[in-house]
Amino acid sequence: MTDEHRTPVSLSGLSSNDPRLQPAARHPELVERVISVCFIVGTLCLAGFGACYWIDAQPWKLGATLGAGLLFLGIGIVAWGKYLMPRGPFVEERHTLANSDADRQAFAAAIVERGGSVVQRRKLLGGLLGGGMGIFGVVVMFPLLRSLGPLPKRTLQHTDWRSGSYVVDQSGRRVEVGDLAVGSIETVFPEGTENSDRGQAVDQTVLIRVSNEAFTTMKGRETWAPHGYVAYSKVCTHLGCPVGLYEQELQLLVCPCHQSMFNVTNGAVPQFGPAPRPLPQLPLYVDSSGFLRSQSDYHQAVGPGFWERS
Amino acid sequence: MSDVINTQRAKKQALGPYGRVGKSLDELDDRLGLARGGRTFMDKIFPDHWSFMLGEIALYSFVIIMVTGVFLTFYFIPSSALVTYHGSYLPLDGQKVTQAFSSTVNISFAVRGGLLMRQMHHWSCDIFVGAIVVHMARVFFTGAFRKPRELNWTIGLTLLILAIGNGFFGYSLPDDLVSGTGIRIAYSIMESIPFVGTYMAFFIFGGNFPGTSTIPRFFILHVLILPLVILGLLGAHLFLLVRQKHTQFPGRGRTEKNVVGSPMFPVFMAKTTGFLFIVSGITALLGAFAQVNPIWQFGPYDAARISYAVQPDWYMGFLDGALRIFPSWSFMAFGHTIPLEVTIPAVIFPGIIFNIAYLWPMLERKFTKDNEIHHLLDRPSDRPKRTAAGVTVLVMLSMLHIASSTDVIANFFHLSLNAVLWGMRILTVILPIVAYPLTYKLCKELQGVRGAGKRKTPNIVSRTAEGAYVATPTPAYGEDVGHELEATPVPAYIESEPEEPLESGVRTVDR
Repeated sequence: MTDEHRTPVSLSGLSSNDPRLQPAARHPELVERVISVCFIVGTLCLAGFGACYWIDAQPWKLGATLGAGLLFLGIGIVAWGKYLMPRGPFVEERHTLANSDADRQAFAAAIVERGGSVVQRRKLLGGLLGGGMGIFGVVVMFPLLRSLGPLPKRTLQHTDWRSGSYVVDQSGRRVEVGDLAVGSIETVFPEGTENSDRGQAVDQTVLIRVSNEAFTTMKGRETWAPHGYVAYSKVCTHLGCPVGLYEQELQLLVCPCHQSMFNVTNGAVPQFGPAPRPLPQLPLYVDSSGFLRSQSDYHQAVGPGFWERS
Repeated sequence: MSDVINTQRAKKQALGPYGRVGKSLDELDDRLGLARGGRTFMDKIFPDHWSFMLGEIALYSFVIIMVTGVFLTFYFIPSSALVTYHGSYLPLDGQKVTQAFSSTVNISFAVRGGLLMRQMHHWSCDIFVGAIVVHMARVFFTGAFRKPRELNWTIGLTLLILAIGNGFFGYSLPDDLVSGTGIRIAYSIMESIPFVGTYMAFFIFGGNFPGTSTIPRFFILHVLILPLVILGLLGAHLFLLVRQKHTQFPGRGRTEKNVVGSPMFPVFMAKTTGFLFIVSGITALLGAFAQVNPIWQFGPYDAARISYAVQPDWYMGFLDGALRIFPSWSFMAFGHTIPLEVTIPAVIFPGIIFNIAYLWPMLERKFTKDNEIHHLLDRPSDRPKRTAAGVTVLVMLSMLHIASSTDVIANFFHLSLNAVLWGMRILTVILPIVAYPLTYKLCKELQGVRGAGKRKTPNIVSRTAEGAYVATPTPAYGEDVGHELEATPVPAYIESEPEEPLESGVRTVDR
């Protein structure tokens, strides 16, 4: 290959015996044979894919035959293009994108002069139409958005825990005072919500028995944990994942999403990780029949922060 | 007998020199006037450099996404209505699951070829976003985004954002335990925006989490609205590419005024079709042998349950990492809360990164005062500041990406989670700061390396009368000193084979 032929030329007007139109391969026949093998193997693989599909073979066999078939065909086609087609290089002239000054001015004049004279002289009409379209836009957008969902109102501020709600587990069974051994944990809901989406997402609460007698997590919460039953919202205050892991020895609740850790014994104050606030604690009491019940709703909004949260 | 032959010849002559094909093309041209434009298009030149292939990977992954995605829509039911699962996957038998989940499990186990299609769909999406990112890095570091291609940079960046968003929507559809957790996090991120966050979340999800409209809405966004926007922008992206023609690296015969490479037909068409097959083949092999998103192992979504070591798809990793390592700074006063620990890493930070990327062509034009049209690419080392800035951002994003698996790292290396967290916090701040001057210096050093970024010049090896050989390098091409290289005629002493080399005792050697 002499050097001259590496200088790119334009495609059009190239004589048919120009070396740039020759295949790039030094041994085209050999390459052709290799490509033929690729195509044959690829076709066989694809036929195999059909057979695998027909007999409902395992997915990996389907994928292997399909993948290998496409790969062999692809390699063959690329090799065909790379070695058996004109090796070039070819050049294409680039025309400046910009038009002549006369054309540009004519274009600008068409818009500014012609359009301007019509619109500018009728400012009132333009203003009225613009105003109308603007109001139409707002009017269309607003109900469109508004239909998408309810207003938040105060639904984020409270849960379905009420004064006297029975504490039930996931199957709806009421939790009695003797149910949990010290150190064990249970996910609970206010009775009646355990199967609802909202119950699962908002009301979910972890119930941990930390001791046998009444337990105080913080000043002012002396009556909240009868018989050592401590209940915290299970919705992480960082991003709302369920705080699903309990490290029993350290008495830490761990959120598996971003590793926030909350200390069970001192009011679920975040010990580690990105969570900014303690998990709200649910005040509990034991009624005369020995069932665990809630004194009231949580005193703060559960879950991650938002603007209206006070 | 001869009459028959004559009529056949006459018929052939009537068809013209290009036979039936030519005739059909004529008919087409009569109606559409395609001939001249068609010829120009067949002659369109594509540069041969391998880095121009990255965008093709993205394009072809998108083709695979659409083909496999259409297959999936035949069997997927976008509904959160509860059904009792009685399918071929026995461990889930009798469980109450949503239709979305049960239909996805059915695609995986009951639909012939379904699992392969699902896995190919997931893999090609991961490849799609990856190819876009690498393609973007190529465009950035070589300066291909400069005038006149700023608009295409903007479109490409928008395509990246849409691809990430649509990846998230798609990932959320099966309603499994891991995807549901992802939606919960997305909901909380939206809620964290001051003033409008709760309203946005309520309108988009149709109420308080989990909402009832999430899956049907995400479905229509995922299969219709976003794909349409992506297709439209992709069309615009390719149209601009054809209209403005390709950029190219400087080199022999390559100037600001031409494009050098292979023609559309047949060379590029063969290569690119083959490449489509190769990308599809690799995706199919990945779908066959590399399990991805086995939702039947995660189980159906239940807001009160969670799985351990959950990582999102790779392109969301940087967000998750940012959320993990950002300190717990929450603003609470005047009866309001601004969850800065969420807003800053998940809203403000990506906002800043993407806005800088959007504005970069303008910023660079402003600071370099370079308002020229550029079709020749830069070597990254010739633009140390731009390269250093790009590397800085990539390093920071990579660190955040790694930070999305702090728990896995701590487990794997038996380190305390605290140490890993602080390590990642420090690295995420320090490494980008170190990366900038380091890259800058490296670029400067590379510029100083003899021959880097410059065309090779021949050495003249001559034999002296005494029989000793002396190699003399010829001087560098004058234009190679600057940034843009004009085509230089090849020196005559190389092209002409010396006629009587041995007599004069001097041979020129072509390197």
